[in-house]
Amino acid sequence: MQATDTDILKAAEDWRREGRGVAIATVVETWGSAPRPVGSHLVIDEDTNFLGSVSGGCVEGSVITEALDVIADGKPRMLEFGVADETAWQVGLSCGGRIRVYVERVD
Amino acid sequence: MRLNLLSDLNAERSARRAAVLVTDIASGEQRLVREAEIGSDPLAQELRERLRQGKSGLVEQDGHQFFLTVQAPPVRLIVIGAVHISQALAPIAKGLDLDVTIIDPRTAFATPERFPDVPVRAEWPDIVLPQLGIDRYTAVVALTHDPKIDDPALSAALKSECFYIGALGSRKTHERRIQRLMEAGFTEADIARIHAPIGLDIGAISPAEIAVSILAEIVATLRKDRRRSA
Repeated sequence: MQATDTDILKAAEDWRREGRGVAIATVVETWGSAPRPVGSHLVIDEDTNFLGSVSGGCVEGSVITEALDVIADGKPRMLEFGVADETAWQVGLSCGGRIRVYVERVD
Repeated sequence: MRLNLLSDLNAERSARRAAVLVTDIASGEQRLVREAEIGSDPLAQELRERLRQGKSGLVEQDGHQFFLTVQAPPVRLIVIGAVHISQALAPIAKGLDLDVTIIDPRTAFATPERFPDVPVRAEWPDIVLPQLGIDRYTAVVALTHDPKIDDPALSAALKSECFYIGALGSRKTHERRIQRLMEAGFTEADIARIHAPIGLDIGAISPAEIAVSILAEIVATLRKDRRRSA
């Protein structure tokens, strides 16, 4: 079972050793009510396979899209998500919290 | 993250050693600090505190922001007694990502047929427990109802820094257990570490319900600093 964040990091290592492009996304900061605690990981490969979570599913799609860019250019990125109130179409957290997510490539 | 850093981090986890990955947010530079190396790290104090709490998070030093990925060893559950409740307990505990080991010297109970997915040791607890090394990421539950088997396990657990000790049995059974442990030289404060009767009071009847009540109590102890009523 891959429920803990460290098992997810083991998967990241295994995927990379198989030769896949891999990025790790980590929740580094939360404000208000956030679905997943600081330190939670989401691991993404170049074919958009993913394991783990950084929210309850609200922003994963957006993190995966950014992760593909990180896998492509190798530059880490800091993403921020909040309540989706600015525009109806923006991705956000329905719980009203805010999170910062650090995305880095496994080299 | 460099792949060798990631594998070093994973290696520490499988060896049941704590470690912290330090990431400089601005530059992306990273280093792995193993538990034994913390003293010589510039962030020693922060690292120690974070490790104690088991919490990842951001820290600032000299205008630099660092993210600390804190990795504590996986939580281990040592079950004394290869009994019916343990058969219900083992799969649920695995679902919670606990690292389960079953110990029971009675070879008729301690069989792989009865426990297909977890390590089973058909030996006496006072022999096996020192080999396993009970650390502060370990919970010990004594479920045999037999003082010959439960008591040596409880003694070993009380001498360790494990975070949870539970023992099955009624209040009367526990009173007799307290007497035996006092005679063995343990103090009241020592013995107060034992959760008995074991488990949260959810009115459990079946082995599976008792398993849920035990595991709920273990999680509640593990996460006590997050609880609203603690």
